[in-house]
Amino acid sequence: MNGTAGIRKVIAASSVGTMIEWYDFYIFGMLAKTISTQFFPEGNATAALLSTLAIFAAGFIVRPFGALVFGRLGDLIGRKYTFLLTLVLMGGSTFLIGCVPNYKTIGIAAPLLVLMLRLIQGLALGGEYGGAATYVAEHAPKGKRGFYTSWIQTTATLGLFIALAVIMLVKLNMPDERFNAEWGGWRWPFWISIVLVGISIYIRLKMKESPLFAALKKEGNTSTNPLKESFRHRSNFKMVLLALFGAVMGQGVIWYTGQFYAQNFLETKCNIEFEQSRTIMLWAIAFATPFFVFFGWLSDKIGRKWIMMAGMLLGVLLYRPIFQTFLNNTNVKEAITVENMDFRNNRLVKKVNDTTLIVADSYTLYPPLSQLGNDEIKESLVVHLKKGSISTHEIHLGKKLYWKFILLVWLMIVFVTMVYGPIAAFLVELFPTKIRYTSMSLPYHIGNGVFGGLVPFIGLLLTTSFPADPLVGLWYPIGVAALCFVIGTIYLRNKIDRNVND
Amino acid sequence: MMNSIKKYLGIIWLLLGPALIYFLVSGAIQNIDPTGKKDINNPVIWIIIIAIFTPIAIGLMIFGWYAFKGGYNQLPENSRVIGE
Repeated sequence: MNGTAGIRKVIAASSVGTMIEWYDFYIFGMLAKTISTQFFPEGNATAALLSTLAIFAAGFIVRPFGALVFGRLGDLIGRKYTFLLTLVLMGGSTFLIGCVPNYKTIGIAAPLLVLMLRLIQGLALGGEYGGAATYVAEHAPKGKRGFYTSWIQTTATLGLFIALAVIMLVKLNMPDERFNAEWGGWRWPFWISIVLVGISIYIRLKMKESPLFAALKKEGNTSTNPLKESFRHRSNFKMVLLALFGAVMGQGVIWYTGQFYAQNFLETKCNIEFEQSRTIMLWAIAFATPFFVFFGWLSDKIGRKWIMMAGMLLGVLLYRPIFQTFLNNTNVKEAITVENMDFRNNRLVKKVNDTTLIVADSYTLYPPLSQLGNDEIKESLVVHLKKGSISTHEIHLGKKLYWKFILLVWLMIVFVTMVYGPIAAFLVELFPTKIRYTSMSLPYHIGNGVFGGLVPFIGLLLTTSFPADPLVGLWYPIGVAALCFVIGTIYLRNKIDRNVND
Repeated sequence: MMNSIKKYLGIIWLLLGPALIYFLVSGAIQNIDPTGKKDINNPVIWIIIIAIFTPIAIGLMIFGWYAFKGGYNQLPENSRVIGE
């Protein structure tokens, strides 16, 4: 096994590449609204958004197939070269998504190309995670596997963080029209990715093969057919099913609800303005990320099972109260009048109470308010209010509410760290070396790709179909997590397998 | 006692699989409507969801079967045992 310096290099090399792959994957979801207008015919906005989310889901649904293809490669030829390949595929397809002309220019070819590239992203990601977690775990010393693999567990959230930050930086430094133009700023996060991927490839080329796999290969004990050994041997297939239904299924929905669904809910249901909805997530992620490592470390001491089950149970019990709080605190109904309305920083604002401002959309008003004096603004507003050309647009939270929302999102991300921090070590310990890459990748990507990835898609479907209850979309993650909690509590064992050298 | 719970819950998982498929298919039959305007009326959505969740429901049934047959009463002590 490597010394401390050696294992740190291994973690850094694995983590950087994995984080970039997550970034590549998430910028698509973050820009779903913009992408839907670029690549789908104008018309029903919900249908376009749903179509984009379907493509988003397609990227998730193919992940299990990527897990099979690259898992098999990784068990046949080694971890290092396989996840070099996944990085190249992910980076290339991400860059190319940024190069596809929009629907108005090339018609139906546009969404078809984007869909194909999105599927390649999903396949690549399906191969990435299993390799990275396996690679780190097979270098980690006994008794510290949870701690060391938890660094890999931070990469998905850090990739999300970087995706949010990059998109925000680009969007806030140019006018909306330029950001949303056909070849506008929204493409920049895709193009930036090729630089990040290039750096990751350079780092990974310098890595050595996993010592366990190298030893296995030297002894001639690699698997000739890891797929068959993973899924046709009953004893192994049983563990694949248990890993899925007792752990990863619940972990997947908790992961996506606490991060993706929360961000989308704040923006679309609470109508919080773009910048705040993103910075709330950024702060919450920044404060919660250390807990991945904490719970990975803790799982080495007390076992993996109960930490993961606790995270699921907390989500089941607290999601509805938390999201109801978001709604209650932003449910501000106030008639818009000229009194107490201010024109500030090119926006019309109305202070409703000490903590919440309603921002009225003034960009389409003519003459532009920025060209008018204060008295002229008031006269103009009276006219526009009579015509009905001003309406409540977005909400800007006051300081107290802003930090309350950060606290609540942070709490949900702590649930994520509880279910996700220990899970890499948990999965690695379930399976023997020669089929580990294949066997752990499939349940991981079904749990996260299928169950988790469909949270926004099914959530939107439920809320558009049952509009009376804005929280109806939560029943899907709550139900799945509850089922997984029951199965995991009863069937999983808390004992840690100290030795993965087999 | 725990093994009995595992075993009899296996029956629940065995039944939950077909129940899920039934729920999805009947939901599709009730809600698919070419003239409907809601997304839940769109057959494509239902085809995707049924296609994705049917193999998972079958997996849940297999899990239930293994549980009922006592396959999870004693989990392997280490991964070497699984690979044998």
